[in-house]
Amino acid sequence: MKKYKSDVVVIGAGAGGLAAAIEVKKADLEVLIIERDKELGGITLQCIHNGFGLKEFEEELTGPEYAQRFINQVKELKIPFLLDSMVIEITKEKLVYAVNRNEGLIEIEAKAIILAMGCREKTRGAINIPGFRPAGIYTAGQAQRFVNIEGYLPGNTYVILGSGDIGMIMARRLTWEGCKVKAVVEIQPYVSGLLRNQVQCLEDYDIPLITSYTVTKIHGRERIKGVTVSKVGRNFDRIIGSDKFIECDTLLLSVGLIPENELTLEAGAELSKNGGPLVDENLETTIDGIFACGNVLQVHDLVDLVTAEAKRAGKNVIEYINSRYGKDLMKKEIIKCVPGENVNYVKPDIINKRNLSEEIIFTFRVRHPDRRVLIQFKDNLQKIIYKKNKFYVIPSEMLELNINLEESGINPDCKSITIDVIPRPEVLIEED
Amino acid sequence: MSESSVSVVKVIRCIVCPTGCQIQAISKGSDIIFEGYTCKRGLEYAEQEFYEPKRILTTTIRVEDGFLPLIPVRTDKPIFKEKLFEVLIEIAKTVVKPPVKMGDILIENILELDSNIIASRDLAKK
Amino acid sequence: MIYDVIIIGGGVTGCCIARNLSKYDLKIALLEKEADIASGTTKANSGVVHAGFASPREYVKRDMCIEGNKLYTQAFEELNFSFQRIGSFVVALEDNQIVKLEEQRKQGTQDGIPGLEVILDKKKIKYMEPNITDDVVGVLHAPTAGIVSPYGMTYALAENAAMNGVKFFRNQKVRRINHQNYTFVIKTKDKEFKANNVINAAGVYGAKISKMVGLDYFKIMPRKGEYIIFDRNAMHLNKILFPTPTKVSKGILICPTVSGNTFVGPNAHNITDKKDISTTEAGLKEILESGRNLVPNLPVRASIRNFAGLRAVPDTYDFVIDNTDVYGFINVVGILSPGLSSCYAIAKRVIEFLELLGANMTVKEDYNPIRPKPERFKDFSKIELDIKIKEDPTWGRIICRCETIPEREIIDAIHSPVGATTLDGIKFRCRPGMGRCQGGFCRPRLIEILSRELNIPYEDVVKMGEETNFLVAKTKEIALQSVEGGNKE
Repeated sequence: MKKYKSDVVVIGAGAGGLAAAIEVKKADLEVLIIERDKELGGITLQCIHNGFGLKEFEEELTGPEYAQRFINQVKELKIPFLLDSMVIEITKEKLVYAVNRNEGLIEIEAKAIILAMGCREKTRGAINIPGFRPAGIYTAGQAQRFVNIEGYLPGNTYVILGSGDIGMIMARRLTWEGCKVKAVVEIQPYVSGLLRNQVQCLEDYDIPLITSYTVTKIHGRERIKGVTVSKVGRNFDRIIGSDKFIECDTLLLSVGLIPENELTLEAGAELSKNGGPLVDENLETTIDGIFACGNVLQVHDLVDLVTAEAKRAGKNVIEYINSRYGKDLMKKEIIKCVPGENVNYVKPDIINKRNLSEEIIFTFRVRHPDRRVLIQFKDNLQKIIYKKNKFYVIPSEMLELNINLEESGINPDCKSITIDVIPRPEVLIEED
Repeated sequence: MSESSVSVVKVIRCIVCPTGCQIQAISKGSDIIFEGYTCKRGLEYAEQEFYEPKRILTTTIRVEDGFLPLIPVRTDKPIFKEKLFEVLIEIAKTVVKPPVKMGDILIENILELDSNIIASRDLAKK
Repeated sequence: MIYDVIIIGGGVTGCCIARNLSKYDLKIALLEKEADIASGTTKANSGVVHAGFASPREYVKRDMCIEGNKLYTQAFEELNFSFQRIGSFVVALEDNQIVKLEEQRKQGTQDGIPGLEVILDKKKIKYMEPNITDDVVGVLHAPTAGIVSPYGMTYALAENAAMNGVKFFRNQKVRRINHQNYTFVIKTKDKEFKANNVINAAGVYGAKISKMVGLDYFKIMPRKGEYIIFDRNAMHLNKILFPTPTKVSKGILICPTVSGNTFVGPNAHNITDKKDISTTEAGLKEILESGRNLVPNLPVRASIRNFAGLRAVPDTYDFVIDNTDVYGFINVVGILSPGLSSCYAIAKRVIEFLELLGANMTVKEDYNPIRPKPERFKDFSKIELDIKIKEDPTWGRIICRCETIPEREIIDAIHSPVGATTLDGIKFRCRPGMGRCQGGFCRPRLIEILSRELNIPYEDVVKMGEETNFLVAKTKEIALQSVEGGNKE
């Protein structure tokens, strides 16, 4: 068995993994990147559309351009990486086991590990659709890989279920390749992706967007021949008599993404409700020295935000190795962060009391859209610590707040804080 | 009745921020005025969309004997929206040979639209 | 060339007969209409090996099931498929149902089913199966009942049959059978086969095949059954749970699978279209509601797949296993539940028929009953893995992450005797795409491997047979076609 040692192992060479590795390397620590695909870059490589980099580089780039800039840095900094290599196990002792064709089983001993495995697409939307199980059903990302990387078109005429960004972007992509997109069908009463994509990917090409509808039957025994779509009521139950048949030879699913955490779970780290690992304000999981960033932690709207989070993880790993690694620290005293009203999840999940004097970055998402809201943080004794007004919130937009809790006057003895996104009281009065 | 010449000629959905204002382009005599925007950037966007809608085109070009069969490309400047499909056909006819570097011009001044088709990444030989 | 025996139908019945016949010095072929074996009733089946007390005593299927269950022990040792005797409960929810359980226990025990016991101690029942409803008043426990992968076993049977000389022909829908001078001539779309004996194991098409030789003495109706499968992590069941039976059916059961998932189903609806394996909203609702009677906390949100299968229901409601009036033509049809449980007993009966028909039943010297256990990445220790990858690098390329399946296992599935030629064929043989992501990561790679190993273009790779292609054209082809078409006009 081949054995390596490295200060830090980064699992995954997508936008998150590359940025984290570069950060660590710049502090003169050894870092090794492990990637399961045959090149560096991750999913960004198949996202050939533009819209990336506005925050990170202050210019608008395509996905591959964004990735290339980081790949170039990895090569300039001579950061070692293993390609076509699958991590099959990580342990609490920070041993990483991977396999690849050339080296067999590899064991890497690390001081710290950065998890950057990204996310995968949900298939749930299709699972409970009654009907046949013919060929011609893909997730939007799978279709994207075929069209943009492998060079094949999965079909001629499409219906897309779910108005996530990848689905809408694929609608335009396929239209540009000469295919016909019949409709994008969304079960929610609102679009789940970005407005910009709704306008530039669907409206520009007169692709119908049908909200409050879902696919209720799949037709065709061999290859899909069409779908029945039906209007849904409040609880997403089908409204009888609203069925419409749409002919198509392909159904794409764009019904959301979920962090990819089988390895994390097997290592013994706790996961939180959003599917990502439970982390503290340092992005450290419940296992000492194992950190997480990017879409493996929480699904981000923009790759730029992944990069920013990955850099933070990199910095925190440097701090960990330089000042905490191998030392017995006193028992951790923590405050829990709890998603409250209209909040789906919040990161970090826990805060170490020793870091209360520092600015903490909170990221969270709402469950449903709302206007003129109040974002408030309150402790377990109902004392309000922080308040902020926001004009518009929507589930597809991740909210980020930098807060110094000590300066906000948090009671250091509190056990938990709850984050609520509620209608502003004054708005309620106004409307009365 | 001079008011009769006032009509909404186009509704533009602003994409500058998630608010998504509906901006109306209204023809008033020989003038076009915009209503419904809530910020300056919104007005600029609406004017551009009304008079000269342009888009960055991102697609792929076929590669002969490359590490991958396709290379992602884009226009280096936005091009007229109405020309997109002509440009796409021109690109579809093209085949390039590796190695390619990010930023290499693969098709110069495509259809004389004052925009080049450039590579979005490096691509090695097979 | 004239075969001694041709079997029509590559389901579990046909493959089991093929394998058990492969012991003898006979030239045997099996014809399957679909692109792969185990594509019909066998694929969408509960996978339960019944103890055998459920059918009334006047039915042949009762004897076949009781004997068949016992024969699983040896088959399991020889063929290395997944099989576990986990035991079943018939669940009584009302006091008056206990009488029925007692009656089944008594008759079953008299007929030689070991270990049957009626348990009324609720604590004990709950201990044995914690997920069972609090409303349970008693159960009939059958410890010899088991679970099996119906298609996994069928592949094992076919592989072993092929190892012992049986020829398998897929994509061979039988169009005509001529019968002259004690020889059958079977015509398919593109081939002609001759045989002295024909075994009709054509499932829902059994009556159609029988009619081709002029035998029209039974009808087969397709009866649809729908299922829902739940994620492995969502529920762990110890026992197969049946409701107390009614006159119509054994009812909707809740059952673990050999791969650790749980399923609920099947319902039973007679239909007319022999190709209709679609699920319906009403049907899925029906099985969930019925399932909740036995297990109230069914993990509905963790469902990972639903599907439907067809049973071949004969108008006699019993197996039709006949050495028919057409000399050399054996019907093995109407194999409804408990057909999977009975297959080894059915094969035994067919062998007796062939002896009567004068086939050469000499045991081959080189007959090898052992089908080696497929090598699995997951079964290796780290050191073994390292050695394996160094011997063969394809062990080191992981294709399916959810189930940790390397390229080697996929190549083996393709090149095994009667190997996979379709994506579903790979999926059902070694599980890539069956995990949580349902093929999101592995599908492009599977298409690549299948294209390479079978030496066919990407566009010709299919899901499960003709017209189930995954990809329609190369990127740019559709766009270019549109201009070419435009120019011509």
